[in-house]
This record gives sequence, structure tokens and C-alpha cells, in this order.
Amino acid sequence: MKFGIVVNEGPYQHQASDSAYLFCKAAIERGHEVWRVFFYHDGVNNATRLTEPPQDDRHIVNRWGKLAEEHKIDLVVCVAAALRRGIRDENLAQGFRISGLGQLVEAGIQTDRLVVFGD
Amino acid sequence: MSDIKKFMFVNRKAPYGTIYALESLEVVLITAAFDQDVSLAFLDDGVYQLKKGQQTKGIETKNFSPTYRALEGYDVEKLYVEQESLEARGLTEADLLVDVTVLGSKEMGALMEQQDVVLSF
Amino acid sequence: MLHIINKSPLCHNALESCLRTVGSGDILLIEDAVYAATKGNAMEDRMRAAAGQIKVYVLLPDLEARGLADRIIDGIASVDYGGFVDLVAANKNCQSWL
Repeated sequence: MKFGIVVNEGPYQHQASDSAYLFCKAAIERGHEVWRVFFYHDGVNNATRLTEPPQDDRHIVNRWGKLAEEHKIDLVVCVAAALRRGIRDENLAQGFRISGLGQLVEAGIQTDRLVVFGD
Repeated sequence: MSDIKKFMFVNRKAPYGTIYALESLEVVLITAAFDQDVSLAFLDDGVYQLKKGQQTKGIETKNFSPTYRALEGYDVEKLYVEQESLEARGLTEADLLVDVTVLGSKEMGALMEQQDVVLSF
Repeated sequence: MLHIINKSPLCHNALESCLRTVGSGDILLIEDAVYAATKGNAMEDRMRAAAGQIKVYVLLPDLEARGLADRIIDGIASVDYGGFVDLVAANKNCQSWL
């Protein structure tokens, strides 16, 4: 089955990004495809490469990038939400791309299930 | 794109206190542009998004409520409001800035069941 | 339909609204909503009543993280993330009550 995921909250502040990541990992382990993860609202903060957590903590941003690279997941950051919050190509982490809201709608159309994680 | 899916946007948050209502509306407009079957549901504090007479000058924030009136121009005409949520807030249909269909809780639940994609922010 | 709840029922009305609205289907409690799955919580009676007509699940890793894995209300089933995925796949559609 083809899954689309929406993440509406930033990393560390809220569990949403962690839950979404663990869901994606489990879906892949079950043999499903995670087609796209769309980052919206404060979720765009998952995509800044300026993130530096303490060494004993998980690196939420890099973890997304790694999962995407290993399993060819399209990580899309909403351009309007990103610009509002100071996320742009200059500080975008590896594995993410910035694009329009149409990518979210497309995920709804193209996938079998769209699962939203937020606050 | 030939596939048409039923998209429902569930709005349960009040405007201005957080940005969710405004950014959700932005998705609604884009979804309509993709020629999908779009409906909006308003429950709980989400019904406050439709309150007439919003004046945001004093908080120096854009009043986005006129956009709900513009939805018709994008062929978004299915707006559903839950009766129980209105009542719990001392509101009636006459307080709302746009024409809506008022539904009881269980009718609203049945409508949700029929959707292909349910987005909530 | 799968209804996903992530808020503590004593702080937010998401679970309450969900129960008022839905007539059938599955409910999955994740994140702070897992407190609703525990014995002695003020929602216990509501949850027991709901579990009669709606199948209620709780995400075990979230309950374990909060130190309450030994207090699940009878009739509520626990799942791991794989089980979460299975629930989404098994239902025709899903909704997160944010």
C-alpha cells in the first residue's frame, strides 16, 4: 500500500514528528511504500540543517533525511509555510525539497492513505 | 489529473490564537484548483472561524474571514457545521458569515466515513 | 474509519468530540491520548461504554513511555507501530482529531 504522511509540528517541541517517523519506519518494515512526507505549519522546522540537538539525543532532521535516502521517500516542505518561518534553500537539510501546497493535494490523490500527525 | 477524490477538511480550532485555520484555508483553495470534491467541516472551536464581524485591526493580524465567502467562487460549496458545537458556544446559523449546512453529530460522523481523504490541522 | 486521537482527554475535547460524532469504526489512542486507556482515569466509564460499539486501541510504546502500560482498561487492545500501520491499512480512511 502507498502511504502519504503530513507532519504539522516542529521537531522536539511536539511528539508529532517522532510519531510520524516511527510510523513510516514500521510501514516500510511491513512492506508498504511511503511515497511522500509533506511538512506543513511548524512542521517545516523539521527541515532546517541548522538543527543541533545535544549528542545524547536523536537527530530528528538527519533521521528523516537518512530514511528518505534509504527508501526513496519524497520529503516536501511547503514553500509558503517555510518562508513564513525562515526556512529556505540556504538552510534546507539534505533530503528535503521546498515546493508548493499542490504537493500535499497530489499526495492525497496519489496515495492509498494519507495520515496526518500534528498537535 | 483524472481521479477525483473526496477531500474533507475538518476544522476544530479557533482563528487567530493559532495559525492552523488560516493555513488550512490555503490548502482548501489549492485542493479546489485540483478539481477535487472538497467539503469543509466545522466542529468544536472551529465554528468560531465562521463568526460574523471579525475585526482584527487591534491585533495587527490579517482578517482572513472574508475568504470563506470567496470559497463559492472556487466551487467549494459544501460547508458543514455541527449543531452541537454551535449550541455549546451560544451561536446560531445567523451568526455565521456564510451559508452552511447544519448537521447533528452523528450525521457529521457519517459524512466523514464517506470521504477518501480527511485532513485536519 | 480509523480515528486517531493524540490528546489527553482531561485537557482537550478531541476524544470527547470523536466519541460524540462517530457511530462505528476504530479509535487509536496515541501520544498524550494514551492516558484515556488507563484504569482509574476519569474517562474510564466513557471508554468502557465506547469499547462496546467501537473498537479502541492504544499505542503501547506511548503508554510504556508514560509508565502506565500495566493499567490498560479491559477491552482496549494494545498495538505497536506495526499494528498502527495495519489499522490504517485495514480501514478505508483515517482521521486525526488534532
